[in-house]
Amino acid sequence: MTAISHHISEPLMVAYAAGNLAEPYALVVATHISMCDECRARMAAHECAGGVLLEGTGGQAVSGDLKDRVLSGLDTEVKEAPVYARSGVFPGPVMAALKGKPPQWKSLGFGVRQQILQSSGKGSVRLLYIPGGQAVPDHSHDGLELTLVLQGAFSDESGRFGVGDLEIADDDVDHAPMAEHGEVCICLAATSAPLRFNSWMPRLFQPLFRI
Amino acid sequence: MLNLEQPLRETRQTTAVVGSAACRKWDRVEEKDQLDYSDQTRWMMAVQAKRDRVAFGQLFDFYAPRLKGFVMRTGVPSAQAEDIVQEVMLTVWRKAAQFDPHRAQVSSWIYQIARNRQIDVLRRENRVMPEELTQEADLTEDASQIVALEQETETLRAALAGLKPGQREMVEKAYLGELSHSEIQAETGLPLGTIKSRIRLGLEKLRHELKELRNA
Ligand SMILES: [Zn+2]
Repeated sequence: MTAISHHISEPLMVAYAAGNLAEPYALVVATHISMCDECRARMAAHECAGGVLLEGTGGQAVSGDLKDRVLSGLDTEVKEAPVYARSGVFPGPVMAALKGKPPQWKSLGFGVRQQILQSSGKGSVRLLYIPGGQAVPDHSHDGLELTLVLQGAFSDESGRFGVGDLEIADDDVDHAPMAEHGEVCICLAATSAPLRFNSWMPRLFQPLFRI
Repeated sequence: MLNLEQPLRETRQTTAVVGSAACRKWDRVEEKDQLDYSDQTRWMMAVQAKRDRVAFGQLFDFYAPRLKGFVMRTGVPSAQAEDIVQEVMLTVWRKAAQFDPHRAQVSSWIYQIARNRQIDVLRRENRVMPEELTQEADLTEDASQIVALEQETETLRAALAGLKPGQREMVEKAYLGELSHSEIQAETGLPLGTIKSRIRLGLEKLRHELKELRNA
């Protein structure tokens, strides 16, 4: 596997460590960290800074019975949330979003497929399946777009993105990524709003495909 | 190439972590060699190794008021803050096996648990976490790595104390989750490079040991 060369930016990393990143973006960041020890260590360094701040925080006296309440809870059996391990090219956080099942691809035409993992007012996150040599639908978008490569590679105006690489595109970027010839390119992509496709697909179809 | 016909293996592992079952198996150094560790690290490791309730009580006494203060700074009222403190401390007990002093300080580990808990409670959102590297692997305790990470944290503490008030306020807001990513500056002014390199060593140690376990 080639080394990862496009990483999480500092502001995104701090916002994620502090828990202040909308869920679609947090999923992409957590997935990149699952694939990248460099960013795992960077996140831990930020958590270390958070820990230093926590330690230095002026304390607030707690109620007299809080300790007893906690101590009496130690033996209570708790069913932990399920943990999803990596499966194939999908790291644990993606498997969790898929609830442990394989993706249910929906065709977008030209061999391109997608599976929406989450879509709400806070944004959307999806898996994209793009055959080698095929262009990713030409689109622009409102706000930040994060695209993480899980398999294969794509290139656009800002460079080449292989497995583990994260592309961070701001709202002013109007880009046209192209999957590299050969292996199918599978990406995890998060946007703050529905994607707007420029030319590739009539805008009329957008509600139909929930793009 | 992804084979879509082949069903993905069921990856669900439900672990009910209870009482003494959550002990972490370690190849530990002797207690006399832990003397250089901070109190918090020793308490946490006693909780991890022996389910030591006295040590847990000491962790509670140290962290509960700080956690309450920390949570209340984001505008959470006192009673709700205490509920969060209770949940965080119970999580510390239940997930003790996941704490790895070669990669994290007790305070940073608890900071992360507290942020998660606050998101669960206040935003009713599920915090998406990266894959855990280990659940309950056998590890060899490396006192020099643990002490070095603590020393570098001291350097970070000093740097934080040395920030100008305005800058410190921005850093605090960022780590309290009060700034969006577009409001956070690329440079926090904190020297995180050396601590990142140190944590990287802890990660490499863990990767190495996991590999040896798999090959054993
Ligand atoms: Zn990275």
